[in-house]
Amino acid sequence: MVKYDPGTVPERLAGNVYEVDEGNSHIEIDQEIAKRTGGGKLIVRICPAHVYSEREDGTIDIEFAACLECGTCLAVAPKGMLKWHYPNSSMGVMFREG
Amino acid sequence: MTEFDFDVIVVGGGVAGSTCAYLLGKEGYEVLLIERGVEPGSKNLSGGVFYCQVMQQIFADFLESAPVERKITRNTLCFLNETSAVSVDYWDQRLQEPTNAVTVLRAKLDPWLAEKCEEVGVTLMPGIKVDELVLEDGKVVGVRSDEDVLRAKVVVAADGVNSFLAQYAGLREKPEKSHLGLGVKSVIRIGEEQIRARFNTVEDQGVAYAIVGDCTKGLPGGGFLYTNKDSVSIGVVVMLEDLSKSEKVSSQVHDHFLTHPFIAPFLADGELLEYGCHLVAEGGEVMQQDLVHDGLVLIGDAAGFTLNTGFTVRGMDLAAGSAQAAAQAIIAALQAEDYSKAQLNKYVENYQNTFVGKDMHTYRKAPAFLEHNHEMYGEMGKFLADTLYGIYNLDLTARKSLVATAWAALRKSNLRIRQLIRIGYQAVRSL
Repeated sequence: MVKYDPGTVPERLAGNVYEVDEGNSHIEIDQEIAKRTGGGKLIVRICPAHVYSEREDGTIDIEFAACLECGTCLAVAPKGMLKWHYPNSSMGVMFREG
Repeated sequence: MTEFDFDVIVVGGGVAGSTCAYLLGKEGYEVLLIERGVEPGSKNLSGGVFYCQVMQQIFADFLESAPVERKITRNTLCFLNETSAVSVDYWDQRLQEPTNAVTVLRAKLDPWLAEKCEEVGVTLMPGIKVDELVLEDGKVVGVRSDEDVLRAKVVVAADGVNSFLAQYAGLREKPEKSHLGLGVKSVIRIGEEQIRARFNTVEDQGVAYAIVGDCTKGLPGGGFLYTNKDSVSIGVVVMLEDLSKSEKVSSQVHDHFLTHPFIAPFLADGELLEYGCHLVAEGGEVMQQDLVHDGLVLIGDAAGFTLNTGFTVRGMDLAAGSAQAAAQAIIAALQAEDYSKAQLNKYVENYQNTFVGKDMHTYRKAPAFLEHNHEMYGEMGKFLADTLYGIYNLDLTARKSLVATAWAALRKSNLRIRQLIRIGYQAVRSL
């Protein structure tokens, strides 16, 4: 009996199905607000898909292709920090279990 | 005279949207069901236990032909601590006939619902995202997707917990952080044989676990573990505001639960089928604001129709119930040719007269109870485990009486009698 190992988040997402809208991110961040309010750090840890990561200088990188479209980041983001909407028609994650 | 493309446009092919479209289509109305996923279900995620008697009412053959996973005949409530668990395990043959709860996987269920819609003449438009509602003179007259505008007498916003359409149109406030929970879930295949062996179940019966405590590392919320045909749905729901204020990482809370020593054996040799997440409305009755406007009604998660009573976690049944109430009101509006807020408000009257509104009202204090009694997420479970440990750890020293054992456990914990009384009192009033 092998103990279940969740693995890393990127490993898990590799098993999901996505239709990536290449070059067309559905997420935009105001880096200045992110740094000033600490909102950047917040969404880095709150996003279950690890879409957001923080560089040394505090800049937030966005791996929009990994997005599971829950909207949590938008719900907790300080005002004005994030522009977020669902990906365009047919784009984004396709749950096969749900 | 403006032309309409459809009588009704339903945005969102989830349980609420599909059920509403179905009921309207059945009456012969021209209905469009738009869904942004390539297939209905591809954007939906539930725990998911579906209290399905409402569906049997709407679709005569629901249990026989819908792709449901297992019939839940056993419910286990569990206080989980770091190295112990105290549960109430309830199995009842009466839950078999009639079946009142089934587990479902949305990517399988929703396509079936969409098919039922098409059978009654609903036009299905998957893979199309509605960008916004179209308003004229403050009345909703249709929807826009990219350059295309489609007009209808009534629009039904069944667009999920984020309820963006109503928000963008300035008709509804963004949901408050304190009214939302974040669900993080894994579907893990362990095989039919192991499901039966590990969960001690037979044929197509199944188990639903509702867990509190260490599963969310003490944060308000809970863990769930449900049996599907050959897989389990397992995950956590954490209240968003508390999660934000803590320093915790959402994926780590999920991982901590799945690797907990009490839980891990259920998942051994398991294969991850899918990892996903979704927001859950947790505000209760207070979220049922601004559900009706000229030409528009909100149903399902978009209207905040989910209910966590601690024992049961409900959303899909309320979605279907709200869809019934809305369909009835919309049919009356179409017959009267009056799509005003005043006319469509019958929807609210309708749902308030059924289990949907009544249960939301009965349990209106549940969100506050579950939010404020933090002892439920740590101290309570430890107290129970320590009491039972005092009873079962026969270490050659003399045993105390039951009451003395419990009292010792209570003194060891951070709980005080008045807290227990407060919890008991509030539980009785709220649940």
